[in-house]
Amino acid sequence: MIDYNSILCKRIQNVPPSGIRKYFDLLNEMEDAISLGVGEPDFPTPWHIRDAGIYSLEKGFTKYTPNAGLSDLRRSIAQYMKRRFDLDYQPIGQILVTVGGSEGLDLAFRCILEAGDEVIIPTPSFVCYGPLVSMCHGVPVLVETKAENEFRLTAEELRAAITPRTKALVLPFPNNPTGGIMGRADLEALAEVLRGTDIMVISDEIYAELTYGQHHASMANIPDMYERTIVINGFSKAYSMTGWRMGYLCGPKPVIAAMTKLHQYGIMSAPTTSQYAAIEAMTNGDEDIEKMKAEYNGRRRFLVEGFRKLGLECFEPLGAFYTFPCIKSTGLTSEEFCDRFLEAERVAVIPGSAFGPGGEGFVRACYAASMRDLDEALKRLGRFLKTLPSFS
Amino acid sequence: MNNELRLLQLLEENCTYTAGQLAAMAELTEEDVKAAIAKNEADKVILGYKAIVDWERTEREAVTALIEVRVTPQRGEGFDRVAKRIYQYDEVESLYLMSGAYDLTVIISGRTLKEVARFVGEKLAPIEDVTGTATHFILKKYKEKHLIFEKQEKQEEGFVLE
Repeated sequence: MIDYNSILCKRIQNVPPSGIRKYFDLLNEMEDAISLGVGEPDFPTPWHIRDAGIYSLEKGFTKYTPNAGLSDLRRSIAQYMKRRFDLDYQPIGQILVTVGGSEGLDLAFRCILEAGDEVIIPTPSFVCYGPLVSMCHGVPVLVETKAENEFRLTAEELRAAITPRTKALVLPFPNNPTGGIMGRADLEALAEVLRGTDIMVISDEIYAELTYGQHHASMANIPDMYERTIVINGFSKAYSMTGWRMGYLCGPKPVIAAMTKLHQYGIMSAPTTSQYAAIEAMTNGDEDIEKMKAEYNGRRRFLVEGFRKLGLECFEPLGAFYTFPCIKSTGLTSEEFCDRFLEAERVAVIPGSAFGPGGEGFVRACYAASMRDLDEALKRLGRFLKTLPSFS
Repeated sequence: MNNELRLLQLLEENCTYTAGQLAAMAELTEEDVKAAIAKNEADKVILGYKAIVDWERTEREAVTALIEVRVTPQRGEGFDRVAKRIYQYDEVESLYLMSGAYDLTVIISGRTLKEVARFVGEKLAPIEDVTGTATHFILKKYKEKHLIFEKQEKQEEGFVLE
């Protein structure tokens, strides 16, 4: 009998199981349940993009693509980065097409980390950063952002976290789960701390297209930061293409070359059909983004206003598709709140504590859901709150 | 697009939105939404609110036809007079003045093919200024007002860490 604990490496064994899976399992067993838990666009991929994928299949384009991605796709990504974010990347050498943004993150950590290197990760944030760093023998250094700063990372917090072993900073903005964003001035302040160091920035900009009222600012666009920034982006959120698994990396040539080397061994190339669809998205998809964003924006205002009317504090999230209301006034922990709300009213939201330090006392509610579901979820929340001593 | 036009667009998409939902989505107050709706109704900008029903899924028999109509326009009144005479019939669901090979498109719904044929033969064709008709029966509806009739298959969904 094999002892699998002795077979599996300690690093993966030490990665804690997901704390949010139980909500999905419970939800699946419930009738009439509403999920504001999944962070996934609820629109189908626009037809012209799907059609481009189908057309590529009809033409028999089913072989591997070049490792770094179709040259037409890399060209269209370069044009897109210039058009939308005023960033210059050369299609050959500075852009790598990946299997979702997630592969991009994995490659970035694996190509820059030596054992013991520290990576600063602002939290609350997407749960993958820490485990991916640990798998590379790196050390995640979690830095708690504060509600009073609208969950932005401040220069002081960054400075305090830097040690001689700091190799990289993850910048997860617009942020999952808080919906917080970092404006240009906020990034300038961080850049001031980073100048003169060798610290790399891994800027996860997967939600870059989903900002409300202001345009996304990229760290790569701040003076002196271009040379140290790896931009991670993808098609999932902007074009509602999660299942196509299409992402890309933009960065300095030597770094992209190293990541391409690893990508060609581990992945070969991103799915061919998805790449053809992605060309169509990049070339003719700007209007789709605007349409979906307008829709999200309406739902965002409705949900935030709804929480506030019910007496829950909620800072205005200006990015992604998440709200992060504070539930401290209920007297419950995040997890208690989510457990009881799901049990009593069959609505799933995710405890903020699942996203690292700073998340306790908050819950993540995703507004990529129909207005009808959002309306019903708020009604049920109102009913639930009335059952709590602090609200009745 | 200004907020009031956005409000109309939202109502056209889904007239069951509540005032609160509309207010949040159009960046107006609930009072503004209610006032704007009342004004648009009074000005006939909003003509009404109706559900799109797929009668095929019910026990009720229903036949829809699209009729091309050629007419002689009247001096001083153009097509309006004859159009008015046509749209007065309850059977007429929609009526449009067209450019091109014929003049008016009439869409009518009836319970049976015979009922539609009778309407065309007995009521529409004999109108003085109508010079010809061509009736096309709708065999299957796929999409109306951006809504797809066919039930959409759902993809399997499971836990995804996100």
